[in-house]
Amino acid sequence: MKNVFATRYGIIVVGAVIGVLAALLQKWGNPGNMGICVACFERDIAGALGLHRAAVVQYLRPEILGFVLGAFVSALVVGEFKPRSGSSPLARFLLGMCAMIGALVFLGCPWRALLRLAGGDGNAIFGLLGLAVGVGIGTIFFKYGYSLGRTFKQSWGVGLLMPIVMCGLLLLLFLCPQVSGEPKGGVLFYSLKGPGSQHAALAISLVVGLVVGVIAQRSRFCTMGALRDLILFNHWHLFSGFLALLIFAWIANLVLGQFHPGFAGQPVAHTQSFWNFSGMLVAGLAFALAGGCPGRQLFMSGEGDGDAGVFVFGMITGAAFAHNFGLASSPKGIGPHGVAAVVVCLIVCLYIGFTNLKKAGS
Amino acid sequence: MSEIVDARGLSCPQPVLMTLEKIKAMSSGKIEVIVDNEVSRENVNRAATNAGWQAAGEREENGEFHLVFKR
Repeated sequence: MKNVFATRYGIIVVGAVIGVLAALLQKWGNPGNMGICVACFERDIAGALGLHRAAVVQYLRPEILGFVLGAFVSALVVGEFKPRSGSSPLARFLLGMCAMIGALVFLGCPWRALLRLAGGDGNAIFGLLGLAVGVGIGTIFFKYGYSLGRTFKQSWGVGLLMPIVMCGLLLLLFLCPQVSGEPKGGVLFYSLKGPGSQHAALAISLVVGLVVGVIAQRSRFCTMGALRDLILFNHWHLFSGFLALLIFAWIANLVLGQFHPGFAGQPVAHTQSFWNFSGMLVAGLAFALAGGCPGRQLFMSGEGDGDAGVFVFGMITGAAFAHNFGLASSPKGIGPHGVAAVVVCLIVCLYIGFTNLKKAGS
Repeated sequence: MSEIVDARGLSCPQPVLMTLEKIKAMSSGKIEVIVDNEVSRENVNRAATNAGWQAAGEREENGEFHLVFKR
């Protein structure tokens, strides 16, 4: 049966739907230009679980759980749930950490970079340029035979681990609801102010997450892959979905009165252009070397890809490090150790790139 | 006799890169690409046909896709 979502029109419709849903999520309560941000939301989850104590970014974002569970159900229904792993998991964990740290220097993942631009935030241009350069460097590694090695089939039990973890987190969200005015609900931390306190209703976030999980799994939507395939093969397929997200989020923002062009005073953003560029360069390189943007890693983990699951946990750990050790930026600018973090993460990515140059498949 | 590209266990872009490399090395003939996931199947099909090769058959065995292209 032909997969209509994976056609040119299919990927454009998926990008458009994600763009409109992201703009609507913002209208329904999510932070400014952050209807969906995989990096920010995983950072918020790290905060909700107490892995970092930055009080303004703590909320167990249901969208992320929905992404994995939607992709899982979709993959299961169409027979694409294939438990697999074993392709350099430790390298993928560290790439996940580097990707998150780079993204938190910019303040957003590639999805949010597009949504920030669609909301009028000019600083996102530097982030998107950095992302393209980072992915571009990644394609050079691929041209010279970069590979993290083959994956191997795993048991169903192993493949189900990521969906089970997400179900567990969802259960925790129901068992430990937010108590008005309290920084903790049961074992979970909840922000009382800042971006962590801004969120759509749980049911709305979860349903949108599930819908995006299903359509992204079917269409293979990937923001890193969009740039990679364009640079490496001149293939426009995924990039058309990437552009559709940007254009339709922009149109939706115009309709909803959420388009505010400018550089200064943009929501959850800073104006240090060089570090916006550099942070996303590191993130883009890490995503390229790991084979998927943060959203795609979540969807693949739902399909049974244990290595993608390891990358996700690397990102969550990276978020904890970023906020515990002053690596993450804030609207005031980069963190006290943001520069060191970008340099170290770039070195780690280059080390992993250079030490895995072999002819693919050997 | 087909030239074989074994891309099992690899994820994109590697199966596509390996296929295009083989295509570049052969001006005409028959290539069989083996992949083990649906995404690689779609991407390799798209890349090979974009490069002017014709899909000449496909079979699935134990969750692995054998994709044949010719020119």
